[in-house]
Amino acid sequence: MKRRTSRRRFLLTAGGAAAGFGLASVLQVTPARATPAAMQEAISKVVGPAHVNTGRVKLELPPLVENGNAVPLTVSVESPMSESDHVRAIHVFTEKNPQPDVASFHLGPRAGRASVATRIRLADTQTVLAICELSDGSFWSGSGPVVVTLAACLEEP
Amino acid sequence: MASALINVPARAKRGEIIEVKTLISHPMETGYRRSQLGALIPRDIIRLFVCTYNGTEVFRAELHPAIAANPFIVFSTVATESGTLAFRWTGDKGFSVAESVAITVA
Repeated sequence: MKRRTSRRRFLLTAGGAAAGFGLASVLQVTPARATPAAMQEAISKVVGPAHVNTGRVKLELPPLVENGNAVPLTVSVESPMSESDHVRAIHVFTEKNPQPDVASFHLGPRAGRASVATRIRLADTQTVLAICELSDGSFWSGSGPVVVTLAACLEEP
Repeated sequence: MASALINVPARAKRGEIIEVKTLISHPMETGYRRSQLGALIPRDIIRLFVCTYNGTEVFRAELHPAIAANPFIVFSTVATESGTLAFRWTGDKGFSVAESVAITVA
């Protein structure tokens, strides 16, 4: 079926594209913004040469956030948390915050349950990544996407 | 002055996993914001949070500017014995607050 482009539709699309370009150019000149490369560097500082597997880590984040200044985040890891098999640490990273590190939580077998919750700041719509370190030395990661409408760090809270 | 809120069950069964919720008032100034005059506001955050159970460290968190103001941290621990859970927050500008909560384990 052929759909005719109405004048209204054309203007909406054109306006949206123009706004997108404008936003992109503003974002490019904004200083102090971490890049996925910076995040990789921060991750390699924690992980070292070890390989990071995907899975076992679950992030709970609201899919749409109105205010990036306080975003509830829960990270849980599937683990029996016994003396021989437990989560040693959970590290949280972001792609587009001014700094890729968010927090590092150190747990042990006495935690009982590998789950931590906090509230974080998000500067932009992005993916939040959590990496856990198990007692056997392996690393596992999980991630969650968030859409942020009001960014933290730049606007007044 | 900073004040902390801690939520720990007062009684627990031995071996039970208890949830610990902590909240402390702190601006967590990121160091990336500017004042109205354009000067960079220096960073002022809590960098470390440690929880000890009868002297043994059970949980530690290293925080960065991406933690929201008034850091809220929830974690869990196994109730092993009666005693105290001690909490300490340390950060920039000599910030240091300690709190403790008693727990009875039956």
